[in-house]
Amino acid sequence: MKRRTPNDIYVAGIGMTPVGEHWEKSLRVLALEAISAARAEAPSLAPQALYVGNMLSGPLSGQLQLGALIADFVGLRGIEAVTVEAAGASGGLALRQAYLAIASGLQQVVLVLGVEKVTDRIGPKVEAALAGGTDTDFEASQGTTLAGQAALLMRRYLHESQAPADALAGFSIVAHANAVHNPCAYYRRALRPEVYTQAAKLSEPLSVYDAAPYADGAAALILARGHRLQGDTHYPSVRIAASAVATSTVALHDRKDPLWLSAASQSASDAYAQSGLTPEDIDLFELHDAFSIYAALTLEAAGFAPRGQGWRLARDGVISLQGRLPICTFGGSKARGDAGGATGVYQLAEVTMQLQGRGGANQVPEAKIGMAQCLGGAGSTAATHILVKEDG
Amino acid sequence: MEVARHWRLKRQRYALMGEACPHCEAKIFPPRDVCPDCSGEAKEPFAFSGKGEVYSFTTTYDPPEEYSDYAPYTVALIKLVEGPFITAQLTDVEKHELTIGMPVEMATRLMFEDGENGPLIYGYKFRPRIGPT
Repeated sequence: MKRRTPNDIYVAGIGMTPVGEHWEKSLRVLALEAISAARAEAPSLAPQALYVGNMLSGPLSGQLQLGALIADFVGLRGIEAVTVEAAGASGGLALRQAYLAIASGLQQVVLVLGVEKVTDRIGPKVEAALAGGTDTDFEASQGTTLAGQAALLMRRYLHESQAPADALAGFSIVAHANAVHNPCAYYRRALRPEVYTQAAKLSEPLSVYDAAPYADGAAALILARGHRLQGDTHYPSVRIAASAVATSTVALHDRKDPLWLSAASQSASDAYAQSGLTPEDIDLFELHDAFSIYAALTLEAAGFAPRGQGWRLARDGVISLQGRLPICTFGGSKARGDAGGATGVYQLAEVTMQLQGRGGANQVPEAKIGMAQCLGGAGSTAATHILVKEDG
Repeated sequence: MEVARHWRLKRQRYALMGEACPHCEAKIFPPRDVCPDCSGEAKEPFAFSGKGEVYSFTTTYDPPEEYSDYAPYTVALIKLVEGPFITAQLTDVEKHELTIGMPVEMATRLMFEDGENGPLIYGYKFRPRIGPT
């Protein structure tokens, strides 16, 4: 019999579609696939509510009310449902809302979905929609995009830390290596250092290999209070030990210290405090590498590296599957693919797989405690969750 | 087209009009009426000098829709002499001349055309400083 605490909140089921160009599948069909997979892992649990994380369905699909649309489409017509938006942090924020709903005692079993449909539009239309994650009056209006924000931080970071031009290459190389064996990954091939160095620039100094590719995808989680778990899963129990959200400014120019991701730092600190854990306790970290610079800045903000030194973890092999702190263990946004507002839900599903020993070729040995953090825009919103394996 | 939105931003785009906090003397741009430093009410208009230096910059090849006809162009984060940062394009400068720390000043320039045959939107860009520092 597995040990569970009646009042704690557990991940009872996960489901993911591959991230990619799903020309033949609509947003709602992707949602159904992920939700069906998650529900199949917890067949006795009936979700009382649906929390949808999505970033772009308004500007790219012209579709609002995803909560009602998807609840109805997946056979849950009538339940409470809502969409949560916080740019790239939408999935993490949907998870947070689901967690709060259970923690409040008002709901016992809920469904979290992250879903994004990007590839119905191309190029400038997508860039314009993504620029909505910046301050549109004072950043996007000047021609800045999310990539532009990251590029501004990357140049300043390399300047201040006196790092070489390819200092961030290791993040993308590790992400690609980890995606090779992930059937849900968009880019399942390794990245050679010389390919990184020679890549075309999107927004100098940031190249295509510093940027996660946007694509379609959906991921789903069933969360339940411990006493509702029926033992119909044969996987080890995974408990949510911490859930924390913090915000910073949307515009980079409104920050006193643009190279410090204060929301990432705050939400990580809150998560450590809630769980009684420290960075040393974390066995793996699914961080949000929407751009490679954010991997370095996140490692610093979350307490894994001193300021200006996060890039050295990529260079020294610390973050690979065999390293002291594996990150992006199934490819991260860079190589699994960036399904926008679904990212935070993919991350949680991936941490759950690691803790349940379902990582296959990507399994982190002895993984008991995993952390996930997703960011909206330039770290304007940050959601951090810590999962703990309870069996064994 | 977003005529009212552009019109609403004209004091910032043409005159770098921000605010000064009467409580802690912070200078604020863009205006926000609540001081980000001390949280006090801050509605006193304050015109920035338009002088600053480049904190970071990026040349963009992958523009959003309204800037499609203008790429590549260079966007900078500029530290204004009064304190705040501002996001703006750099102009009247060759790419190889750009450096972090370069002194710059505001210039009024065409930003973009708001839709096909739409209004031409003007606003601030920054160029290498040519006047007295």
